[in-house]
Amino acid sequence: MKYNDIILQTVTKFISFLIFLFAVYIFFNGHQEPGGGFIGGLMTSAALVLLLLAFDMETVRRALPIDYKIMTAIGLVFAVGTGVGSFFFSAPFLSQTFGYFHFPVLGELELTTTLAFDLGVYLVVIGTAMTIIQTIGEDN
Amino acid sequence: MVLNAIYITAATLVSISILLTLYRVFKGPSMPDRVIALDVIGIQLISVTALFCIILNTSAFIEVMLLLAILAFIGTVAFAKYIEKGVVIEHDRDR
Repeated sequence: MKYNDIILQTVTKFISFLIFLFAVYIFFNGHQEPGGGFIGGLMTSAALVLLLLAFDMETVRRALPIDYKIMTAIGLVFAVGTGVGSFFFSAPFLSQTFGYFHFPVLGELELTTTLAFDLGVYLVVIGTAMTIIQTIGEDN
Repeated sequence: MVLNAIYITAATLVSISILLTLYRVFKGPSMPDRVIALDVIGIQLISVTALFCIILNTSAFIEVMLLLAILAFIGTVAFAKYIEKGVVIEHDRDR
């Protein structure tokens, strides 16, 4: 029996971008306000889960050809890389530093190496959540 | 001080309406009744969070409200799809 999910699919095309935007906002906002890599990654996987609900597994896999297990590995490399990188400046493991840089449009911004560590957490959370959901949802 | 009493009264009223909605969750004869009641409880939790933001005079919980709205929507869609089709995530819908 064929179903017609036109309302759900149209709403999903709009709302998943909003959820993704909210996730990116909460990820970059985590330094000063509540948020960070963990909840940002969970919200991004929530947007992907909404796509999986409205469409099906094969369509989402064609639209986003991402292997989430490799994504988890890349995230761990980011997290360990920021720790090991402090060895090159003869500092202890996981020492973080920051600096003020000037950008053409945005003005002066504070950039920290904590953001790279947070990016690792973000990728690991997305990879783990999506691997669990795809593995459970795929069995027939 | 009087304004704060008004907000606490409003939070109490929303809490009472959460309790009344919980009656539908426990009693509701069919599954869709319970799903709708849980969605309504999610929306009421958003309003309680907003009221406590005002009472505690902080803006730290603004993201919590958006988060609750998103999670209530996704949860309701997942429950509705389970009731309708029996599966939450299909493998290939054109097959």
